[in-house]
Order: sequence, then C-alpha cells, then structure tokens
Amino acid sequence: MASGRPVVGEKNRSTAVVPIRVAAEHTGEPEDPRLSDVDEWGRSERTRALARAIYEPIYSKWFRTEWEGLEKIPAEGGALLVANHAGAIPSDAPVIMHGIEKELGRPVYGLADYFFRTVPVVGTLWARAGGVSARPANAYRLLKEQQQLALVFPEGTKGTSKSFTDRYQLRRFGRGGFVEIAMRAGVPVIPIAVVGAEEAMPVVLRLPTVARALGLPYFPITANVLALGPLGVVTPFPAKFKLRVLDPVHFDVPSDQDRYSKSRIMEESEHIRTLLQESVYDMLRDRRSVWFG
Amino acid sequence: MSRRVLVTGADTFWGGRMIQALETDPSMSVILGMGTGTPSVPFERAEFVRADQTYSIMNRIVKATQVDTILHTFMITNSSSVPRRAMHEINVIGTMNLLAAAGAAGSSVRHIVVKSSTLVYGSAASDPNTFLEDTPRTSPVRNSVERALVEADGLMRDFAEDNPGTRVTVLRFANVLGEHLTTPISRNLARPVCPSIFGFDPLLQFIEEGDVVRALLHVTQAGIPGLFNVAAEGRLPWSEVATICGTRRVPLSPFSPLKIRPLTRLFDLPSELEDLLRYGRGVDTRRFAATGFRYNATSAGAVQSFIRSLRLRRQTGKQPASYTYEHDVEQFFRHSPSVVGGIDA
Repeated sequence: MASGRPVVGEKNRSTAVVPIRVAAEHTGEPEDPRLSDVDEWGRSERTRALARAIYEPIYSKWFRTEWEGLEKIPAEGGALLVANHAGAIPSDAPVIMHGIEKELGRPVYGLADYFFRTVPVVGTLWARAGGVSARPANAYRLLKEQQQLALVFPEGTKGTSKSFTDRYQLRRFGRGGFVEIAMRAGVPVIPIAVVGAEEAMPVVLRLPTVARALGLPYFPITANVLALGPLGVVTPFPAKFKLRVLDPVHFDVPSDQDRYSKSRIMEESEHIRTLLQESVYDMLRDRRSVWFG
Repeated sequence: MSRRVLVTGADTFWGGRMIQALETDPSMSVILGMGTGTPSVPFERAEFVRADQTYSIMNRIVKATQVDTILHTFMITNSSSVPRRAMHEINVIGTMNLLAAAGAAGSSVRHIVVKSSTLVYGSAASDPNTFLEDTPRTSPVRNSVERALVEADGLMRDFAEDNPGTRVTVLRFANVLGEHLTTPISRNLARPVCPSIFGFDPLLQFIEEGDVVRALLHVTQAGIPGLFNVAAEGRLPWSEVATICGTRRVPLSPFSPLKIRPLTRLFDLPSELEDLLRYGRGVDTRRFAATGFRYNATSAGAVQSFIRSLRLRRQTGKQPASYTYEHDVEQFFRHSPSVVGGIDA
C-alpha cells in the first residue's frame, strides 16, 4: 500500500476480515442523500439563481436588453439555439441565457469549446452556470434524451476574435456540425440575431504571439482596456442589446441516422447563416444609436 | 444445472467477496479460488489454490478441474497499490494466460466474467459528459493502470471475436466506496483534510461495494455476455463528497510544474486520481440496467454508506476480527476421511 498514515480499520487490501454476507437481492428503491443541486452537467439551479440576481442589473440597466419574437422559443421540448457571436469576452451568451431563463423559466445550456474546462475556477463557474463543452455527444444527450434548450455559436472563436473593422460580418459556420446534431436529435434550430455585442467589447488589436505563448485561443487588446485600463478586462461598454428570434428551422429528415448528406448539411448551415446575417443587417438599418438603440 | 466456477484474486477483497457470494448459490457446485497470497476471508466450501501473479498454471488448472465459468476479479484498478511492473504482469499477462487457458482446444470454459474499470475511458477536458460503452477515449493513456486496463480490454475484445462459443462479460465499474473497501479515495476522505485541485470541482460517479458484488453475481448467474458500464445513479461534485464525509478540501496547485510532490504523497494521490479530481467522469448505465439489474445505492448513497461505517469504527474503536487462513486445517476439513459431518458441521 502507498505511504501515508493508516486509517482506522485498514488492514492490507481490505477491512473485511470477518465473514460479511452481501445481500444478493435488491433492497428497494435507494435513498439519494444529496446536499447540492448540481446536475449531471455540473449546472446548479441555485448558482444560476444567484448569477441571475447579480446579472439582472447588467441585463436590464446596463445593456437595456430588448427581445423580439421570444414566443418562438418553445416552452417545452428540445431546440438548438444558434446565434451570432461577438465581443472579445462575448456578452451575447450570458444575455441570451439570462433572458430566456428569466422570461420562459427554462434552463439554457451554453455549448462552448472544452478549452474552458481547463481553466481553473472559470471552468467550474462556467459549468455551474450551465456551460457544457461543445461535443456532439453532449449536444445529442441534451437535445434528444433530455429535451433541453442548448445554445451554440457556430462561429466559435472566429466570431469573438474578429476585429472591430469586421463587425457584424458573420464568420464561417464551422463545418455545419450544429445542423447535423439537430438533424440527429430531431429538434429544430432556432436562430437568434444579436445586435450590441460587437460594441460592448470591441477588439482593436490581436496579439497572436502572446496568445500562443499563453496557450489561449486568442489574445485581444480591447477598446475597453485602452479606455479603462485593467478594469476594461471585465467591463463591457453599455451598448444597447437587441435580440431577434427568427422562425424555427425544421429539417424534414428522420432522426438518429448514422449519416446525413454532407451537402444538405452545408446547405442548411449556410442558409441559417444567411438568415442571421440578413436579420442583423435589417436590425442595424433600424438602429439610430449604438448606445440608445 | 450445476456450475463449476473458478474465481481469480481469491485472496483479494473482491475475490473473497465473490467466493462468499457464490457459496450461497447451491447451483454453483464447485467453487475454486486462485490467489497469490492467502485468503483474508473464510470460505465455507470453496477450495483455494495458490498461484504466481501471472497465473501461469491457469491452463493446467482449467484442464484438471473442467470449470465452465471463470470470474476474473484479479484486476488492479489503482496504480498506488502495486509497482508499475507488477501492474502489467497482473492485468495484462495474467489476463492473457487466463484467456489462453479458456481458449485452448477442448476447453470446458463457456463463460468469462471480468471485473474491469471505467478507468479505461480516462479523464480529460475533451471528454464527453457521458461515456457510452463504445465511446472511445479522447486522451492518450497517462499512467500504468490505465495502460494495463486498456491493453487487457483489447485482449478480451480479440478473445470474444475469436471464440464465439464462449460468452465474455466485461463490467466496467465506477469508483467504489462502501463499508469495508479501502481505496485512495476512501483513504483521503477518511482524513480531516482531503486533496482537491484548485479551481476544479469535478463530478464523480460511484458505486457501492455491495452493488459491485451483486452486479458480478448477476451476470455470472444469468450468463449475460457483453460489455457494460456499471455505476450508480447520480453524479456529485467532489466538494459535495467532501462535505458528506465531513472533511475539508486542501487545494493543490493546478499547474503541474508547481505541483508539490510531498503533498501528493501525503494525500495518496495516484496520477489517475489527480486527473479525476480535475475533470471527473460520467458513464451511461442504461445498457446494464436493461439486463434487469437494480442498484441498492445511488452515488451519494455509496458515499454515505462509506462514511457511516467509518464513523461507527471510529466511535467503537473496534477493528473487525481478523481471520488467518490455515491451509492444513482447510484441507483437513475438505478432504479428510475422518470428517463425516460435511464442511458446514
């Protein structure tokens, strides 16, 4: 046995040294003496409630968030929410999760790169707040088996790392993995167009060498840091947030197939990207001011 | 139908428990225990054979006894319990000899049950939330116990393919806690302070030790072949496990260059547990549930069962009565013509 002080009752491999007969039969439904409400994804409704209490002033006073078409998000059943992604530390994810939980009372699981899990403290808080690593198996389990809402940003870090000069230009939607997952899970994709996140934390400059050295996906210099110093790392500008929920996109294909047509997936993915891009442009046409909407 | 069963690791916790459980089943007409040491629990009617750790005499024993079932419990699932070399000898070479004996021409073996571990999935940031039986690992093997288990896993898969006439059952158990078993996790939880990795609070899945025995017995008796994850319902964060056990977590540095070796030594923190305390692990158990097995405890229940029995031991100050295996005495009762009342008399 390894080093360390012996524990009471420890003897070689086992503390079982008297004949102990194990009940071979099932002894009824087991008790479950849990103390916390952390679910199998690491999400805790209590932590979420606390996070919502803290975030509420940011959501309604700082960003003055406005929704359009929130009724298009179903009150039950799985759906994959897909949105455009922007800002060095993107505010779109917490705004969407907070808004839907507040208005619809349904949890939203945010899918993001598993890189988050490797960061101490951040990874744990992220999981408790409803973050899940974006693996197809996870999305399938959430959407199909547990009929939950999952939020995904198909642009990934390509969206958040783009510089301010490229604002509201949606990047490539990955390899269309989100469409394939929605098809396999038999759930609709609900696109959400977000305006405001770009101006909340604009990326002025990117330092790829520093990013590589630190092992980060990107290392931006934001306008917030230039204006506010170190405080700018965590302080977004009070841009007005507007969100528009588009009509759910249903794919008339059977679920649980081993393979789906790659061309169909890419076609649908590009179609959804176009819908979002056009909605964003449409919303920008109506926007008179970055700060007041 | 009467069955003839060979149990490996008869001198270990699991082998001893399995033999005791099998002895209660009258349809198990012959029970043979193989082990490298001496049994730590008394057997009523099982016979004990001593062997070296690679089980090189397996072939002769199987031929001589014509057993139809082999219950392979002698798989090390904890890298701090044996040296690296012995790990390979036991888990890989031992399994190899066992499969060679079972697959020999004219072999009587029809069913092999193997006690494996969910360690074969590893534990990494890139892991899916839940491993199905056919989900591959996402990270390379990082320590001797995982390497040995993965290698043994491959041997069993090949064997099952090459020998369609023999049923192969592999049960991958989650981390076990319970009244009697001592593991690195239970040792850490038994102290006033336990280790954690700073900034990480992973979700863990457990199984109660009695359910491990029941699961192995279930597949052995019913002859169910296949590969199954076996873990209790529910997952709980390490912080909650520590709270249930009334121990305080001491955060260790998450950055490997700053890892303080003496600390990990003090805590009994083998590398597979270090990974687990970072990313945890969850497995899907629906396949095993579909065979009709029902658990007596949930994951949280396993933790509670462990801490309740520890509290009892602490407060009574009593060590369980020890048992010393006397080879000659056991042989006398089993084989002497003078014994007329049977072994149970």
